[in-house]
Amino acid sequence: MDASFSQETNELENPEVERDEMAFDYLVVGAGPAGLACAIRLKQKHPDAHICVIEKASQPGMHSLAGAVIETAPLDELFDGWVESPPDVWVPVKEDEFSLLNAQGKTKLPLPPQARNHGNVITSVGALVAWLADKAEALEIEIYPGFPAQKALLENGQVVGVQTGDMGLDKAGQAKDAYQPGMNLKAKVTILAEGCRGSVSKQLIAHYALDKNSQPQTYGIGLKELWQLTEGRTNAGTVQHSIGWPLDQKTYGGSFLYHLENNQVAVGFVVGLDYQDPRFSPFDAFQQFKNHPSVKPLLEGGEIISSGARALVEGGWQSLPKLEMPGAILIGDAAGTLNVPKIKGIHTAMWSGIYAADHLAQHESSDGWDQTFRQSPVAKELHQVRNIRPGFQKGLWRGLINAAWQTITRGLWPGTMAHHADHSALKKLAEMTEQDRQWHETTLAPRDRLASVYFAATEHDEDQPVHLQVADTDICTSKCAQEYGNPCTKFCPANVYEMVEEDGEKRLQINAANCVHCKTCDIKDPYQIINWVPPEGGSGPNYRNL
Amino acid sequence: MKVLVCVKRVVDFNTRIQVKSDGTGVQLDGVKFSMNPFDEIAVEEAIRLKEAGIASEVVAVSIGNDKSQDTLRSALAMGADSAVLINTDQEVQPLAAAKALKTVVEQQQPQLVLMGKQAIDDDANQTGQMLAALLGWPQATFASELVIDGETANVTREVDAGLETLNVDLPAVVTSDLRLNEPRYIKLPDIMKAKRKPLEALAMADVAGGETAMVETIKTSAPPQRQAGIKVDSTEALLAELKTRNLV
Repeated sequence: MDASFSQETNELENPEVERDEMAFDYLVVGAGPAGLACAIRLKQKHPDAHICVIEKASQPGMHSLAGAVIETAPLDELFDGWVESPPDVWVPVKEDEFSLLNAQGKTKLPLPPQARNHGNVITSVGALVAWLADKAEALEIEIYPGFPAQKALLENGQVVGVQTGDMGLDKAGQAKDAYQPGMNLKAKVTILAEGCRGSVSKQLIAHYALDKNSQPQTYGIGLKELWQLTEGRTNAGTVQHSIGWPLDQKTYGGSFLYHLENNQVAVGFVVGLDYQDPRFSPFDAFQQFKNHPSVKPLLEGGEIISSGARALVEGGWQSLPKLEMPGAILIGDAAGTLNVPKIKGIHTAMWSGIYAADHLAQHESSDGWDQTFRQSPVAKELHQVRNIRPGFQKGLWRGLINAAWQTITRGLWPGTMAHHADHSALKKLAEMTEQDRQWHETTLAPRDRLASVYFAATEHDEDQPVHLQVADTDICTSKCAQEYGNPCTKFCPANVYEMVEEDGEKRLQINAANCVHCKTCDIKDPYQIINWVPPEGGSGPNYRNL
Repeated sequence: MKVLVCVKRVVDFNTRIQVKSDGTGVQLDGVKFSMNPFDEIAVEEAIRLKEAGIASEVVAVSIGNDKSQDTLRSALAMGADSAVLINTDQEVQPLAAAKALKTVVEQQQPQLVLMGKQAIDDDANQTGQMLAALLGWPQATFASELVIDGETANVTREVDAGLETLNVDLPAVVTSDLRLNEPRYIKLPDIMKAKRKPLEALAMADVAGGETAMVETIKTSAPPQRQAGIKVDSTEALLAELKTRNLV
């Protein structure tokens, strides 16, 4: 057999190529809050353990994006005296504000108890991850950024490690001069900490049917920009959230605006990916929010430092798959531990990493991890709020009333409400009339999605295989164009998908180099024919403190 | 033959540079740094000389703060044998860099010094030339091909009129242009091995002899923003617009 390119895994399959192999005690896939917390705790408990962390970003933190207001308890658990030298972005919360927007104005609402941030800190998950990575390296944990996990290695029904991505393939998947085959990294236990919709986690959840007893996972897309403002407009430590406009009543989501030091603010918008309108664009909704009369005066005259987008898990307790399989475990958002009502996932992700490390330190096996996690305080936290997010399927008002009820009763009602898969929530063009969203003309940067990608500093060598694989592009031009009007061209925040006309015929053009690795397309595409695989190591966005 | 290769830690080429609002420089916090791409090419060339059996030893050297160790580790992972860090938290200008490198050259006694033709942060394009002058060695800059021939080197340079080939006696200083080679991808086991290779640290003050900055930066500012264009619907309108702007 000659070397042939496999679309499915983005690798050059060549039986003559011997892939290098390395063995570790523990292999962590993904240097995020969960993976690093797990690696650090494991090393603290077993100083002799050989622990390897691989990461697809060029440097730890460069693909990480979150609000982020965090609870700091997991840091106390991991480090003594850390507070003396915290991450670079670190502003204790002083004030909380929660409002309802309409197209012209805003009404302040009472603060939901979960949204109280007293004692919490505004940070950047990118800065936090870079800080954690330094701490991990000081403990002699080996972190290798620029090496994505391409696929799981299975032997006798057991996960024995992962294969890293091939480097130096051309557009057609053939070896260039500098070609470097990916290598096989093996470990006693592989810890999947890839974050939301991890590509290897996705393969393994399907392979072992880990989600057969859980509700479908449901997601959101978060868009964020970091702004440098004119002197004197910010109020460091202020946390502002809003719901309502520019979203319609049936779409779940809201905004955040976090005031940092040095005249910077983090502004962002989250939209539940179970939205129904195929014409809807989350990116446009975010830009609308920025141009709202209550926000625009703050941002005007400022400039964007960095921008990006990332999908997040919203399914909570009932969508958690089984968290273990032979030889591997799921932690953090690869598992789905985000707490939606709190709009926080970093502390739960880190806790899950810490609990997993404790489990592994004791048992040195994936067996029993699912049970261990489900009895943990974080699982209790998720169980208590499990019925809040599904309540919003019936619209904003019923969702809020349900949320209040669930909060007062602390989730004691024994039932658990269901989710449905986000891609199936999309309605067809014919089933939905175009809505008047009362959207304004936008004047703030960025002008459009292409201009926005520029601030993500995303980079992919153009001469490499397309890492967004569309199984059947005929569907795009026929069925999807007719039924949904190609929603990929709307939901993608980086303008990766374009329908271009050539000689009177339309075809799908995939601008893979724009991709910011948010994974929304993999989730929301109504036909589920888009598969996101990791591109060449080190590719993707280079976020600055997002 | 021993080869000394000089590498600088710079803001990554892909970074969107932002000028500080007070004009004292560019924003560096949270920014990605990497090895100056021209230096990476120089390292690749040195490693290839070693693989071809021409070079016996490759030593990487860098000037900068502690973080420059990362850059040296990259050079070691690519295949350099050992590294020297000249440690300083101050800004380093080309003459100071050249003087510090001269000391290292005297200590290490290489037959060839390779480095990028310029660093992409200050774009000075001076260090290689100054080092050659201080050492009294021949220099061949902007190399797109390097062939070692016994005691001399044939260096092809990209010049305006085409290609020019110089023959220089060794020891010499050669600076690399973009097309000299394409650097390799670093392998994971090599990164691991690089952690155990020797890295010596020297203090800038000890090797550069109290060199102070000779050039003072008064102000850093962003280039003026281009105004948005306008659309016209006819040639007449275009002509009229050009006339009102005194362009025709």
